[in-house]
Amino acid sequence: MAQPSPWISELTTAICLISILLVPLAVAGLALINNGLGKSRSAAHAMLASLCVVAVAATVYGAIGFSWEGFAGRPTHVVNIGGKPWDWIAQQPFFLRGLELNGSPASLSVVLQMFAVGIAAMIPLSAASDRWRLGAICASTAVLAGWTYPLFAHWVWGGGWLAQLGTVYGLGNGFLDTGGAGTIQVVGGLTALSMVWILGPRHGKYSSDGMPVGIPGHNLVNVVFGCLLAWAGWLGLNSAGAILFGDAPPSGLIVVEINTTFCAAASALVAVGVTRLRFGRPDASISANGWIGGLVASSAATAMLRPSVAIMVGLITGALVALSVEWLELWLHVDDPGGAVSSHAVAGLWGLFAAGIFSGLGSRGAAPGQWLAQLVGIATLIGFVLPLTYALNWLLGRITPHRVDSDGERQGMDLHELGAGAYPEFMVHSDDFIQR
Amino acid sequence: MKFVGFLLMLAGWFLVLAALEMLSAPTPRALFVLAGFAVEVLGLVLVFRANLAQPEVEP
Repeated sequence: MAQPSPWISELTTAICLISILLVPLAVAGLALINNGLGKSRSAAHAMLASLCVVAVAATVYGAIGFSWEGFAGRPTHVVNIGGKPWDWIAQQPFFLRGLELNGSPASLSVVLQMFAVGIAAMIPLSAASDRWRLGAICASTAVLAGWTYPLFAHWVWGGGWLAQLGTVYGLGNGFLDTGGAGTIQVVGGLTALSMVWILGPRHGKYSSDGMPVGIPGHNLVNVVFGCLLAWAGWLGLNSAGAILFGDAPPSGLIVVEINTTFCAAASALVAVGVTRLRFGRPDASISANGWIGGLVASSAATAMLRPSVAIMVGLITGALVALSVEWLELWLHVDDPGGAVSSHAVAGLWGLFAAGIFSGLGSRGAAPGQWLAQLVGIATLIGFVLPLTYALNWLLGRITPHRVDSDGERQGMDLHELGAGAYPEFMVHSDDFIQR
Repeated sequence: MKFVGFLLMLAGWFLVLAALEMLSAPTPRALFVLAGFAVEVLGLVLVFRANLAQPEVEP
């Protein structure tokens, strides 16, 4: 990826800052999706957990995380292997000391990522809803925002070894990920997969013969409204990322907005079509996952795709998400109520690979070796980040148990952990409390 | 099986890194990276198999 200049024009700074300020809408959208796809008796818990996740993530990232991540051109730890530099971690003081908060790209990057790390931390919440304790959620978020996310983000956005694959090993322009398809979405998605593995399925999800039981989300209006909010947030996320990590000028943001929308739209429509073919009627929750998957896939290199290519990437994303949701639940027993593994990890990995094949500026195709640079990044996510995040969360579970006890799960997270439900005036069905 | 799966993922990643460091010709390097990636996928399959949910035991 291109090394950003230490300064950008005031106009670019202003546009970047406005784009960054849209990003919390993506967080709000994901919170609504998590809420809507979970059970009604865990709805208040899901929203409070979202708030706690954002608070912990922003605080821990600002206090510790940025020290490991840094920014291109700032001090780092470099190891020489075979005469080649391996920039593996930044060397910055804690609590943002030594960083001028004056509109420089480094300072804008901090603001963007204080929000973006919240997005990454919301993703596991979606997959592990209805059974993950609030204290453990906060602890896991601290680990993600303080170590896992900054480490990989340094490699991609902080001038680390993945960013330098182009200059050191001649692989295209290095690992491309301007909007965080890998850094934010896949890291969050793989953490979600780890949490599903650690927690196991919800009580009653699989019958004695191993067949999954449908547990529908309680509020699809929230889910679809969350998708629309996330769209606005993603436009900001992809725009700010293109400026800060792709060196895009303000005029280059037009194609970012078009491609982001095209990709999400194509993906959602394919998800609607696939579920219509599979089940006879469109499935709202999987279609919503298709929309989010399209946004995720667009983040990899949205400024460097032609609009027609963005539509094609979206079409494939929609099919991948719709099919993988069913495949993961039915065949691999991944109980992911929010479809987070499919819409963030699967879609993000595809978006990263598509960027390697299709990215190019104007009429030029992708740089030679770009696909291999993307594959090295994908291999790093699966081969290093997934075992790391699983191991850290497994160790955390030895200290503070992740899963609520079975009585608490039957009762609902709202009553068990908060002492009150989200909808106190609603009738509670008696079978909710019958032991299965 | 789960532990072996994660070890395979890490081993595959080290193969990818070794390909970058030890090979400079594009084709062998690409093939070596693909081999490392295949080892990772094998590890992923093992972990998925190890995590297949057990049928719930009725109390």
